[in-house]
Amino acid sequence: MNSAPNRGTMIQVSHVAKRYPGGYEALRDVTFAVNAGEMIFITGHSGAGKSTLLKLITAIEKPTSGSVIINGQNVSAMKPGMIPYFRRNFGLIFQDHKLLFDRSVFDNVSLPLAITGFPRGEIAKRTRAALDKVGLLGREKARPITLSGGEQQRLCIARAIVNRPAILLADEPTGNLDTAYAEEIIGMFKSFNQVGVTVVIATHDEDMIGRLNPRILHLDHGRIAS
Amino acid sequence: MNWLLVHLDTLLESLARLARQPVASALNVIVIGIALSLPAGFYLGLSNLQMFSRQLSSDPQLSIFMTLDASTAEVTAVEQRLKSNSDISRVEFISRDQALVRLKRSASLSDVLASLGHNPLPDAFVITARDNDPATLASLHDQARKWSKVEHVQLDAEWARRLDAALNVGRMLVMLLAVLLAVALVAITFNTIRLQILTRRDEIEVSKLIGATNPFIRRPFLYFGTLQGLCGGFAAWIIVAVAVLVLNIRLADLSGLYGILFRLEWPDLGYTLVLLIFSALLGWLGAWLSVSRHLWQIDPR
Repeated sequence: MNSAPNRGTMIQVSHVAKRYPGGYEALRDVTFAVNAGEMIFITGHSGAGKSTLLKLITAIEKPTSGSVIINGQNVSAMKPGMIPYFRRNFGLIFQDHKLLFDRSVFDNVSLPLAITGFPRGEIAKRTRAALDKVGLLGREKARPITLSGGEQQRLCIARAIVNRPAILLADEPTGNLDTAYAEEIIGMFKSFNQVGVTVVIATHDEDMIGRLNPRILHLDHGRIAS
Repeated sequence: MNWLLVHLDTLLESLARLARQPVASALNVIVIGIALSLPAGFYLGLSNLQMFSRQLSSDPQLSIFMTLDASTAEVTAVEQRLKSNSDISRVEFISRDQALVRLKRSASLSDVLASLGHNPLPDAFVITARDNDPATLASLHDQARKWSKVEHVQLDAEWARRLDAALNVGRMLVMLLAVLLAVALVAITFNTIRLQILTRRDEIEVSKLIGATNPFIRRPFLYFGTLQGLCGGFAAWIIVAVAVLVLNIRLADLSGLYGILFRLEWPDLGYTLVLLIFSALLGWLGAWLSVSRHLWQIDPR
């Protein structure tokens, strides 16, 4: 199933369990690996543990047991002060977008660069390049609220790729979009993957995977089912 | 040089944020300014009074009055003792006749004196001590009082010393006031920053998710608090300066009536710098406390 060349392991999840206070078990004994430059889909119905898995990978939450190793770094053993620098490895696309509606399109996309501390000229150059890739170059002064749902999703993607991350993580990226838009978005992910970015997409919508024939990790009640 | 640009950007952004809510910012700055102007103004008034009292009590003088029946020999004996005392730098003898002549120059009293028929004034010495140390003056005072035919010894600087002691009490009150209002300033800033953090919750959460360090998130709030404090300090300076200006007009009338020159000095450079630095520091402290208290509560979910 894996067609990408093996260039080392980017994500290694070993025997991970996640139990929330109250006893709810979101993940049980999950083990898998994603190679650098691979594109993988994590599927399953809502509540299967997809979002929890993404949170563990990005150190938003810690596993109850087991280990998560990203690009050689053990996430569970990481000091809190290292986490911000660790997160810069990722481009994150959130289910609820998490756009800042009091800032312009340009400022939304340039935020990761400002956080990393790029000089101003470099920020402008990279931001425009990212906006160009998602087809929003003409809208940089607009407010996100004036964009359509599909455009907001593309804005999200621009913000995720502007830092040229090693790993792109998307949580339900085609959630509320019609088929044409969804295909366009998936096509973008494919093109980022082709230039070497590791792509992980969590979705409940298995139709959208369609003709891609990628590697699929199916979660069912917190376990890997495939 | 990049970090310098980052800080400059944050500074400009904080200024823009202050300007974006002109009414709220102005109210905060005015409240801080008034709170600071109270201790700052009292302090300035006190140091003016102190300078004034130092001027007046600059000569450490004692007046020694002889009894009316003291003979010339007895007066000379006292004079010899005074002149041989190493604590005394100058001795001036004012005979009762000289004193009478001086008093007669004052028109309103000459009639009274004429009606008396005899000279009611004693022989007197005005002595100047070598230094301004209150202990030296007090011991001279005690010694001279015991000498024979000495009626009364008066410490001329006594009232100035009392004023000085009163000023010390005043200074303590200013300190207490300053501490209380400094706490108020920190509280005002704490609350302003708390509201800002609440309204910028989304921004903070997203920033944390995409790799912002805590110093990066804190920085704009710290700048805002410091800037607001600094503006408040500036407002306090203006309030104090206007008060000095207005009071000096009335003080000129008042001190003219007493025949003395007393006017409030303007806040000098040192005073201004201390006021501004202090207010900026308190603003920073309030912001820091607020950010430390509230930032960890916003953790990405």
